[in-house]
Amino acid sequence: MKVRAQMSMLFHLDKCIGCHTCSVACKNLWTDRKGAEYMWWNNVETRPGTGYPTGWEDQEHYKGGWRRDEKGRIKLKLHSKAGGLGKLFYNPSLPELDDYYDPFTFKYGDLFDAPQGDQQPTAIPISKITGEPMKIESGPNWDDDLGGSDTYAKNDVSMEGVDAAVRAQMEELERVVFNYLPRICNHCLNPACVGACPSGAIYKRGEDGVVLVNEDKCRGWRMCVAACPYKKVYYNWSTGKSEKCILCFPRMETGQAPACAHSCVGRIRYMGVLLYDADKISDMVSKPDDELLDAHLGMILDPHDPDVVKAAAASGIDDGWIDAARNSPVYKFVKEWGMALPLHSEYRTGAMMFYIPPMSPVVSTIESNLVKLDLPEERKDFELLDQLDKARLPIKYLANLFSIGDEEPIRRILRTMLSIRTYKRRQSLDGTELDAETIEMLAQVGLSVNDAEDIYKLTTLPTIEDRFVFPPYHREMSIEEINDPLAHKGETGLGYIQAAHRGP
Amino acid sequence: MTTNEFVFGVLPYVAAGLAVFVTFFRWKLHPFSVSSLSSQLLESRKLYWGSIPFHWGLSSILTFHLFALALPQTVRWWDGVPVRLYLLEITGLALALWAAVGIGLLIWRRLSTGRIRAVTQTMDLVVLGIVGVQILTGIWIAVGYRWGSFWGTSVMVPYVRSLFSFHPQPEFIAPLPFALQAHVFGFIAFLAVFPFTRLVHIITLPLGYSYRPWQRVVRLRRDPAVYDESLKELQNRV
Repeated sequence: MKVRAQMSMLFHLDKCIGCHTCSVACKNLWTDRKGAEYMWWNNVETRPGTGYPTGWEDQEHYKGGWRRDEKGRIKLKLHSKAGGLGKLFYNPSLPELDDYYDPFTFKYGDLFDAPQGDQQPTAIPISKITGEPMKIESGPNWDDDLGGSDTYAKNDVSMEGVDAAVRAQMEELERVVFNYLPRICNHCLNPACVGACPSGAIYKRGEDGVVLVNEDKCRGWRMCVAACPYKKVYYNWSTGKSEKCILCFPRMETGQAPACAHSCVGRIRYMGVLLYDADKISDMVSKPDDELLDAHLGMILDPHDPDVVKAAAASGIDDGWIDAARNSPVYKFVKEWGMALPLHSEYRTGAMMFYIPPMSPVVSTIESNLVKLDLPEERKDFELLDQLDKARLPIKYLANLFSIGDEEPIRRILRTMLSIRTYKRRQSLDGTELDAETIEMLAQVGLSVNDAEDIYKLTTLPTIEDRFVFPPYHREMSIEEINDPLAHKGETGLGYIQAAHRGP
Repeated sequence: MTTNEFVFGVLPYVAAGLAVFVTFFRWKLHPFSVSSLSSQLLESRKLYWGSIPFHWGLSSILTFHLFALALPQTVRWWDGVPVRLYLLEITGLALALWAAVGIGLLIWRRLSTGRIRAVTQTMDLVVLGIVGVQILTGIWIAVGYRWGSFWGTSVMVPYVRSLFSFHPQPEFIAPLPFALQAHVFGFIAFLAVFPFTRLVHIITLPLGYSYRPWQRVVRLRRDPAVYDESLKELQNRV
């Protein structure tokens, strides 16, 4: 057993309000630079929708991730090694700028400098690449909140397999539904970007699993951009280098949460350490589709298990990290309570960011202009548990996103959440005594009353220390091998050592 | 010193010196600046029709040149049968024309596309100019001074070899027609600008990719023993 640690983020989608504060915090901190204007290391998508860049989930088109061949071996969808070298001069699977958008600003100076005239002066839009006037045709979050739209929701790749009648229903105005999907780099166990990089410039950090691009080694062959199935590596058109989410490692090393997580208004993000067995990675990613999700979740080791602790120590993981793994809120949600799933496990990259799927309103009927739940009055709470198919967001759709099309895990998680909600409502609103029926309801999803209380607390009332459990990085010690930390005190930071020259 | 001696006897060393040393220091001191500077993100349709012919055409011709330089006897033997000579010459000319079409498209793309113009630096145009002229003089020689693969082995190969042996014999070049002199000079210019432009990406050709493992995991603190050692050392210093 070769134990490695991974810093993992968990997104509680039921709490996401789609405010984009995370995206803006990230943008201000990392990508507010020439060549990086169009990069959204963190973005929030409206689902159903086509996401950012447009249609990123369409792997027939973009060739992202890995595929499993007939013999059960996995290969990059993008290219073989020889094929990759053959496509250096032009790669047909690479997204173009218009799949993202032409970054723009406005000529604000015109508002002040315009000569006196009959009309109010306006600030015309100009491209941030050419500096020329342009027509804005798309932008980040162009499809924000456009649930049910013909252009976006209808073209969502993950709607595949959703019943035609259900799809037709979703287009009716009163039944329109959407949820938000915040996305950052998944810092995968088997990253396709690393596999596709001809220069070997991308690597996974052994200490915490953060996937990084070495800008000094990157030569701009941009295979990573196409190979990443989540389209979370971006090409900087000014510097000629690839860039990606760094999980705010300078912040984590100093005990602070990444900017996106720290600024989250809905407090939907949790962070913590997960321990996993690196020896099992290749076995896991080569599993057939129906066993893949279980194998994926099965990678994560129990930090309370003495054998794991021993193996972790032997692999060079220090006690602080093992302690952090024990208190990790991500571990609790993913493993102890089984409430969270990775996004698109079928890409076989071993994504290490996890999502708790969202609940959605139950389909209602309209009778004499009153919206009415399409359920019998009596025992409504309990009835809901068996009426998951009446939820407005189709289970199949969520299953396509989070569980390789298998509805069972999604049903289980939604039932868990509904049970806890029902339990708490009966307790605090109805003032009902804890009765056998409620206990039975919780037991059916494998929860004790204590579990339900714990989940409730971590979901609704977590403090910042509950949400973010960071291990001591001891960065100052680990760099000693190559640098004298005292000599370099006060020198850390990010910026260009040499300024880029391309562009206006 | 005559002009001929200077241009074909001294300049090659200056150019090669620049190419080797400046490239080395750029590689070591400013690795961040070494990139293919791809602009496929900004424009891809014209790039497809330009980049593929240009790169494949030029790199195969360059390989032919190197081959003739290394094994002139083999080329002479091959050219001994007329059919084989024609085949070689026609292939070379076709590849050159293919590359010429490619670079023509690339120049047009660079000048006509707004987004590409925005990321164009003067040196990008210098590079396109030098390489473009080089391709044209090459075609001129192939058409105007036939069977270069044959006579080249007795004129050009000895000249280049004289340079490598540090006894330059520019007199090989002196009696040659203008097109040939321009072609040789074009390569000297190419070497001279090489380290200062995006051309450095040629030597970054990532052949190592074909044998490296798919995944890379890097751990800063590799060896606990070394780590303890350095900790002690640091404590002693403090």
